[in-house]
Amino acid sequence: MTDATFNVFRGDRNGGELVEYKVPVAPGMVVLDALHYIQAHDAPDLAVRWNCKAGKCGSCSAEVNGRPRLTCKTRMDALPLDQPITVRPLKTFPVIKDLVTDVAWNYQVNRKIPPFTPRPNVEWKMDQRDVDRVQEFRKCIECFLCQNVCHVLRDHDKKEQFGGPRFFVRIAGLDMHPLDGLSRTELLKDEFGIGLCNITKCCTEVCPEDIHITDNAIIPLKERVVDDYYDPVRWFLRKLSGKQRE
Amino acid sequence: MNEKYETHEHDVLIIGAGGAGLCAAISALGQGATVGVVCKSLLGKAHTVMAEGGIAAAMANVDQADDWRTHFRDTMRGGKFLNNWRMAQIHAQEAPDRVHELEQWGALFDRTSDGEILQRAFGGHTFKRLCHVGDRTGLEMIRTLQDRGVHLGIDVYMECAVTRLLKDGDRVVGAFAYWRETGRFVVFKAKSVVIATGGIGKAWRITSNSWEYTGDGMALAYDAGAELMDMEFVQFHPTGMVWPPGVQGILVTEAVRGEGGVLRNKNGERFMERYDPEKMELSTRDVVARAIYTEAKEGRGTEHGGAYLDISHKPAEYVKKKLPSMYHQFRELADVDITQGPMEVGPTCHYMMGGIRVEAETAAATVPGLFAAGEAAAGLHGANRLGGNSLSDLLVFGRRAGLAAADHGAQAGSVNISPQQIDEAAQQMLAPFARSEGESPYRIHEALQDAMQSYVGIFRNEEDLGKGLSELQAFKEGASRLRVEGSRLFNPGWHLARDLKSMLTVSEAVALSALERKESRGAHSRIDYPNYDDSWGKQNNIVARDGDKMKLFQRTVPEMSTELKQILEEKK
Repeated sequence: MTDATFNVFRGDRNGGELVEYKVPVAPGMVVLDALHYIQAHDAPDLAVRWNCKAGKCGSCSAEVNGRPRLTCKTRMDALPLDQPITVRPLKTFPVIKDLVTDVAWNYQVNRKIPPFTPRPNVEWKMDQRDVDRVQEFRKCIECFLCQNVCHVLRDHDKKEQFGGPRFFVRIAGLDMHPLDGLSRTELLKDEFGIGLCNITKCCTEVCPEDIHITDNAIIPLKERVVDDYYDPVRWFLRKLSGKQRE
Repeated sequence: MNEKYETHEHDVLIIGAGGAGLCAAISALGQGATVGVVCKSLLGKAHTVMAEGGIAAAMANVDQADDWRTHFRDTMRGGKFLNNWRMAQIHAQEAPDRVHELEQWGALFDRTSDGEILQRAFGGHTFKRLCHVGDRTGLEMIRTLQDRGVHLGIDVYMECAVTRLLKDGDRVVGAFAYWRETGRFVVFKAKSVVIATGGIGKAWRITSNSWEYTGDGMALAYDAGAELMDMEFVQFHPTGMVWPPGVQGILVTEAVRGEGGVLRNKNGERFMERYDPEKMELSTRDVVARAIYTEAKEGRGTEHGGAYLDISHKPAEYVKKKLPSMYHQFRELADVDITQGPMEVGPTCHYMMGGIRVEAETAAATVPGLFAAGEAAAGLHGANRLGGNSLSDLLVFGRRAGLAAADHGAQAGSVNISPQQIDEAAQQMLAPFARSEGESPYRIHEALQDAMQSYVGIFRNEEDLGKGLSELQAFKEGASRLRVEGSRLFNPGWHLARDLKSMLTVSEAVALSALERKESRGAHSRIDYPNYDDSWGKQNNIVARDGDKMKLFQRTVPEMSTELKQILEEKK
């Protein structure tokens, strides 16, 4: 069995450094297995978040060789093992310790989204084709990799003005729910700053669930905002009737 | 009251934020109670998220002959009649309403051609009964409940771990916990406490369970004087991944078989014909798990000691649509395309039928002020759980636990917690830091997993169980001198030291109960007692604390009502 070399970030809010560990490589091994090996043999206090180890819970996000990934789905045999594998915490969120970051901001953003609100007296029947479209958004496992790579958050740190791809996906799931009767375009336009997204698709590229975040969620939502706020006819009608959306 | 520690006060404190905990929180809030939810992980990551196949509820959307009576009978048959029959009745009657409720809170199920909730076949269910969302039903459920709960205003204490229940005389009145982020201690005062902490699978080496499944709630309740019941009944799911090594144990949903997947041994033989010719692959989990295990043990297993599970005779697009996460799981983790060829599968420790003994109507444990729901509670599933009955269990009894806990809270008097209890709990947590020498919690955990896997597995006998129990004594000895390195800041080693204590308690309860039950029933298979024993069929094993010792005794299964007896006798 060969050994792989890992350089893992060790530190906390006050800073830290990469520390080297050697890990024996087994067939089919993933990076999370290696982190567990390090915990059990070399660094019992190495902080790592994980739950299902099956790509279903979205807990074990980190940056492996600079790429944001779920460590439970990052196969060692897909990485060049002749050089050290670097594992760092998500850059966009403050480090708590080692690979664990403070993602509380995401939960605060989520709380601002008005919940599913069925139209009054609705009949609880739906066509599978309508459901299909929304189920894509509901596959999201909240790994926050999309939030991590979005440059509005990562490079410009506009957490006060921007909701981020994860929550555009959630709003798309609600707004396009066949029986939902609420419009969330005002929230999108103002508090969630959807206009700041310039559709570089970085979020879509890293999504482990293959959700077409940009094409299927963000662009249609941008169109809804435009329809509601920048279409002069609709703008005028809204002024007259005071209605948000029919 | 001790003012040294951060303190929070709620009418109802819920430990665990999976399906049962969140349902309890939502229903308690609905009664006007103030509710706090404490969970070891981030919100939305609980084990419910991994549930795949669906929610069992007799909605009769696909098979119109289905009704609660048939669901009740299937559940009792699956549980080999050791179930708490009143729980099985309530569960079958209330599950359809709970599914509708979930839909009204925003869950989006797959649909029938006339727009109703679609239902699929599953092992042990007479009719197509499982409401589902592809093979990610648990994710849909937890996200719906999480969003509902947060919107209604539950206070969630994420990454906060309860280490001890606090009492005022006989009553449970709160919990002592620590923040994993900072390592700081926190005290919760509450008039009622609901345990919804799930199962115990992390005590075994091959398991589908996440790191959280260490039996915390059961051990906390046991320490507080509550009775545990049916602890010998541990479900080994027939189909976990077996290769490569890193993924061993990860669940392969029963929906693969529900959608028509077939099991074969290395000779290409559809071996379920020899174990259950009538139900074949859709036999109950205990039967299928033993069949795969036996095939492998007798030399007919696959290269890596499992069986082949094949769905590739179905159209590739259908497989990807109905089993998307299985498709991705095998492609990404095992280099197998399940639309083209078979998967290799074998048994994996999956679910705990036993747990905290509760009243059927209220989910009340045997200690005042304490309630339990979901996998942490015993009774509904008897000796073996049917697939799909877990998610419906969470909905039905999570809700009932929340209602009863809120009612109890409204009547309960004020809460007084002695400072000594709190100081003792704090000292217990800090002790491993003080030792300059001692055992590593990781070492003992590995040894525990190997021992439970070897001696308290699918097939059991007196000799193995005896060995298991004596190893457990040694682990307990070692665990009393644990040493933890590093600081209190987000320290997994420190946390494991604490989880290990829970795992050792529940492991001992499992081994003791398994040794005592001298028969085979459901998930409990004794090589030395291979048959049913009618007298054991009327007894539940109970485990409770007696000073520092674990005591074991039996309680007689209550007599069933005539109406329910008639339902069981009907043929369908």
